[in-house]
Amino acid sequence: MTTGLIEIIKPGFANGIQDTGRYGYRHMGVAVSGFLDRLFARCANALVGNTDDAACIEMRVTGPVLAVRRGPVRVALAGNVTATIRRATGAAEELSAWRSATLGCSDVLEIGAVKGGTSYLAVSGGIAVTPQLGSRSTYQRAKIGGIEGRLIAAGDVLPCAAASSDADEERQAPPWRHADSPIRVVLGPQIDHFATEAVATFMASEYQVTPQLDRMGMRLQGEKLAHVTSSAADIVSDGVTPGAIQVPGEGQPIILLADCQTVGGYPKIATVICADRPRLGQLEPGQTVRFAATDVTQARIALEEQERAWRTWASQIVFGGINFDAVYGDGSGCWKDDDDEILV
Amino acid sequence: MSANLTSASDVRLLPLGDAAWTVEFGSTIDPAIHARVLGLAEALEQARLISRGGEACGREFDGIVDVVPTFRSLTIHYDPLRTDAIRLGEALCALAAASGVKPAHGRRWGLPVCFDDEFAPDLADLAASKGMTTADVVQMMTTTEFQVYMIGFMPGFPYMGGLPPALHMPRLSSPRKAVPERSLAVAGEMCAVYPWESPGGWRLLGRTPVPMFSAREAASPALLASGDRVFWQAIARSEFIELEAAGRAGTLDRQQFLLGSESV
Repeated sequence: MTTGLIEIIKPGFANGIQDTGRYGYRHMGVAVSGFLDRLFARCANALVGNTDDAACIEMRVTGPVLAVRRGPVRVALAGNVTATIRRATGAAEELSAWRSATLGCSDVLEIGAVKGGTSYLAVSGGIAVTPQLGSRSTYQRAKIGGIEGRLIAAGDVLPCAAASSDADEERQAPPWRHADSPIRVVLGPQIDHFATEAVATFMASEYQVTPQLDRMGMRLQGEKLAHVTSSAADIVSDGVTPGAIQVPGEGQPIILLADCQTVGGYPKIATVICADRPRLGQLEPGQTVRFAATDVTQARIALEEQERAWRTWASQIVFGGINFDAVYGDGSGCWKDDDDEILV
Repeated sequence: MSANLTSASDVRLLPLGDAAWTVEFGSTIDPAIHARVLGLAEALEQARLISRGGEACGREFDGIVDVVPTFRSLTIHYDPLRTDAIRLGEALCALAAASGVKPAHGRRWGLPVCFDDEFAPDLADLAASKGMTTADVVQMMTTTEFQVYMIGFMPGFPYMGGLPPALHMPRLSSPRKAVPERSLAVAGEMCAVYPWESPGGWRLLGRTPVPMFSAREAASPALLASGDRVFWQAIARSEFIELEAAGRAGTLDRQQFLLGSESV
């Protein structure tokens, strides 16, 4: 098999490998993990010709600097981020998001600061680290997935697939635009733990994203949501899922995200529908959100509409015709085909 | 199985968004309620097996991706694009009404634990506040059958019931910043083991050398499962050190701690 190899020169900040998530282990307390924004990741993957479930590097602050050690490797970014390609020949070029580029041996990709939300780097064939418990998603709490269950670090060498250097295979597309309408939720499961006016307040008010935001969840700040009684602010733990909105006694909502626990002891006023969950990955501290109630049937229709919208986006991918000035290096300093042992 | 336990009238089907249903049997921690959770889990597993084998019925279960038992409910996660959510909900209600109770009769484990002072920072305090000696507490901990209600909070973390009322104590008023991994802990009416070092407010009575979670065991990384029963067996520090080293090296055979299926 022809493989590509990329080496992490600088890890950036808090960047990890994710895919579509780890299913079948939640009864053992293992979070589902996976992309915070599966649509941006899907776009990045499509731009290098991958399937939706290929593993990407997820970035929220500063992207990594990486060098191709065996190529060529096709790369693409999705999100609010740009990069600089430094060719082995000394030439430099900018790589914007929403288009692919092909890197030859010893070419370096310097990804800059993520200007809000979550961005993805996709590489040809996906980041091909060994899956653990059925997924490549990094889940730091159990030290599984990614590279030894941790974030990427300088010196990591990540396998992927080699790409053709055929410029006709380059792709670009317009940026994916998330909706900016209120985020849709299904009420419950503990709607009866909240005062009637609390539900009305939740739907009528703006909530601000606080800095308390990580892959497990985000705390919001806004109108207090009252429970029916003070004892209704605690429940005997039951199942939770990414998108579930917990409200502890203080009355401020917490939206659970991909790395959330599998069970929780706070009542949940509502759960964000699957179609709108990717938008949570793009929220930043200080931004405000509104919510709108829907039901399970409407949520399915929304998800099917989103699938159609994504296929429309994918049909707009334009092949070739971009940036033919790429000059590939002479291959010096590259791994040879028989260097496979470094993958072990 | 008594009639009131199989009545469906108190079963509630609750939406956890558009990709999970929670079937709720009650609101409290109660072995009878948990038996109904396990009963539905078993009935669902059977129905899914039949569904995989045939064409005619049961396709509503095909999109299920995770089934999570808790103290008092079963959460069924599904792929919303591969599932008719309403039909799945109806099928779950029908199963819940028809399924019986399944008392916690999962595997029985005899798990080693060392109660030495260095592993048991709260043992003396708990004993003193209950007017007992530490030996009394150890005696109670090692002659009690604990039932695993659920795994949660962190991977492999077992919530176990059965703690004798004489040992019930609230959590520490100020949680520890770092509870050592594999600490045996109690809080309220619950007993648990911290699989990983983590902050925590439970009272630490000992430590087991047996890993609660190991990704090497791909088929079943968590040692314990909802419905299992656990007996704690006191070991000396020397044995603890030996077993802990084997656990770290990945050479510890977990099956050696399984007891026979009949009651003690």
